[in-house]
Amino acid sequence: MAENLLEIHDLHAGVEDKEILKGLSLTVGKGEVHVILGPNGSGKSTLMNVIMGHPKYTVTSGTMTFEGEDLLAMKTFERARKGLFLSFQTPEEIPGISVENMIRTAKQAITGERVKILPFRKKLRAMMEELKISPEYADRYMNVGFSGGEKKRNEILQLLMLEPKLALLDETDSGLDVDAVQIVSEGVAKFHNDDNSCLIITHNTRILEKLKVDKVHVLMNGEIVEEGGAELIDTINAKGFTHILDAVGK
Amino acid sequence: MAKKKTFVEDIERTLYDIKDADNSVYKSESGLTEDIIRDISARKHDPEWMLEFRLKSLETYNKLSLPTWGPSLQDLDMDRIITYVQPDAKMTGNWKDVPEDIKDTFDRLGIPEAEQKSLGGVGAQYDSEVVYHSIQEDMVKQGVIYTDMETAIREHEDIVKEYFMKLVPPKDHKFAALHGAVWSGGSFVYVPAGVQVKMPLQSYFRLNAAGAGQFEHTLIIVEPGASLHFIEGCSAPKYNVTNLHAGCVELYVKEGARLRYSTIENWSRNMMNLNTKRALVEKDGIIEWVSGSFGSHVSCLYPCSILHGERAKCEFTGVTFASKGQDLDTGASVILTAPDTSANINTRTISKAGGKATYRSAVKVTENAKRAKCSVNCESLMLDNESRSDTLPVMDIEGDDADVGHEAKIGRISDEAVFYLTCRGIDEDEARAMIVRGFVEPIAKELPLEYAVEMNNLVNIELEGTMG
Repeated sequence: MAENLLEIHDLHAGVEDKEILKGLSLTVGKGEVHVILGPNGSGKSTLMNVIMGHPKYTVTSGTMTFEGEDLLAMKTFERARKGLFLSFQTPEEIPGISVENMIRTAKQAITGERVKILPFRKKLRAMMEELKISPEYADRYMNVGFSGGEKKRNEILQLLMLEPKLALLDETDSGLDVDAVQIVSEGVAKFHNDDNSCLIITHNTRILEKLKVDKVHVLMNGEIVEEGGAELIDTINAKGFTHILDAVGK
Repeated sequence: MAKKKTFVEDIERTLYDIKDADNSVYKSESGLTEDIIRDISARKHDPEWMLEFRLKSLETYNKLSLPTWGPSLQDLDMDRIITYVQPDAKMTGNWKDVPEDIKDTFDRLGIPEAEQKSLGGVGAQYDSEVVYHSIQEDMVKQGVIYTDMETAIREHEDIVKEYFMKLVPPKDHKFAALHGAVWSGGSFVYVPAGVQVKMPLQSYFRLNAAGAGQFEHTLIIVEPGASLHFIEGCSAPKYNVTNLHAGCVELYVKEGARLRYSTIENWSRNMMNLNTKRALVEKDGIIEWVSGSFGSHVSCLYPCSILHGERAKCEFTGVTFASKGQDLDTGASVILTAPDTSANINTRTISKAGGKATYRSAVKVTENAKRAKCSVNCESLMLDNESRSDTLPVMDIEGDDADVGHEAKIGRISDEAVFYLTCRGIDEDEARAMIVRGFVEPIAKELPLEYAVEMNNLVNIELEGTMG
């Protein structure tokens, strides 16, 4: 049995007075791939943001640990340095900071070591090629003027370069055409190995084709209402979320 | 590294703040009278026409009133300003002949070092007079003239007479008139037709005396088809009394010529910086301004480009950083008067710790300027809630086929952008500093290298531990 990487118990969190996560529990083991399904507004993106410690959200009760350490006591950058990574649903545009400079600065921050420019650049170029990002994007400002698909591929580029222990992918495949989903999906598959884990929010099963899904969680109204193996995806695709609610008697 | 919590109120100014003992050989009385003007003129051995010019300017000065717009100038009391301070040094072309204390100052500022590495010529002004001037031999052979204004009047009187304060006449405004009356020092550059000056020329203006004014005059003529990059730097140590800088820059860019004029101004925060800069650009000529305003208590600075010939172009790139106690009112002005002329204005302003940064610009397109193009992009960033930023772009378009675009943004550091960077392991202070550096990056890359480094340091120091 894999050791646990991320453990969330009875988590309550929200924005101002509004509670969004209402007693959520979730455990992700090392080497595992987890998928979270759920209708719009069920709290999926909130969960990702709360795991990363977005200052907008307040955790009111519950626990959350990463490799046994209390995540709630850590600031966002400390969580990232511990090995958490969030691929954003809508990546930020940051003018004036080039893709290469940004990723290199992040790599140095995470490893605490100086990253040598030339080997880093070589690896970056190789990864960009795999993700079919043209080389001149290394010098472009972070996501500025990028298409939706280019922004998502840039997220996967960071994932591959920063090599976190747990990748949180928030609808990384949304808004992408078939070819782009294929590229992103291959990128995630390339990242994943026995030592790291993925927690994936998706509405699209295509991104999962190259991955072996260990567990599927159905998140509705701030709670996990159903869990199961990969087969749960097919059930939901066939019958929809309301069916689940009926089945669990809520 | 330990997290720095100290609030660094001021930028690291040690380098600029080292004061030399006041070893001047002569200082005019404070204030502005005909006697003082006559005295300055006599000491400078002005020709008769220049004395008359000065006296006429004084008359104009007394008639004009202070501008009714812009930052308050109430801290300026002309009766207390010493308009002329003569250093104990003669102009020389050899650093060895510059008095030691003065040379040490320029050493600290890195001028002789830059001269050896990357400059084609250097001028160094200390208080009211230029104490050092040099130019590479091969440029002299090509007919390039680079010297102080006083020498220019002696040796090239006809040229000076033809151009001096023709572009910025004393009646233009009160401080132009003041300049006409008391100007001293500055640089004169003449680039003959077709000559490409490969290495930049740099003049550095240092004001050491307390309560003094600096009124250097820069006159640059780039003849047809020639090109030049000129760099101007300024600084002063801080005093408790108000100092005044009212320089004047006149740039003549002839047909098909190209001039890049870079300025980094880092005056101390007791300085009133009321500078006037103007360029006249003929057919197919290009003026490029790169302007960094970091210092002074109050600044009013709006370099003006008159695009007078067909297809003349102006590129203006500016950055202004206003911190505590600073009211920096900067921007640009462009007048497009000929067909197919075009102008690009691109500025960034930052304000923090109660500083006030205003972007002010005026674009005028006359009816004659058919198919003129002009784009203005000004962005402001406020680093806290006590700071202020304004943008005041004025456009006056007479032509009906002008292509004019304007984009203004005033904002704060985006919390979502900070979150994004912290999600990549970058701590909050560094994330904010990165965003600010990114904000000024399009400008920083235009600055001469050593100044770009200096600006980066400045941004870092200004941001250290001040937020979060």
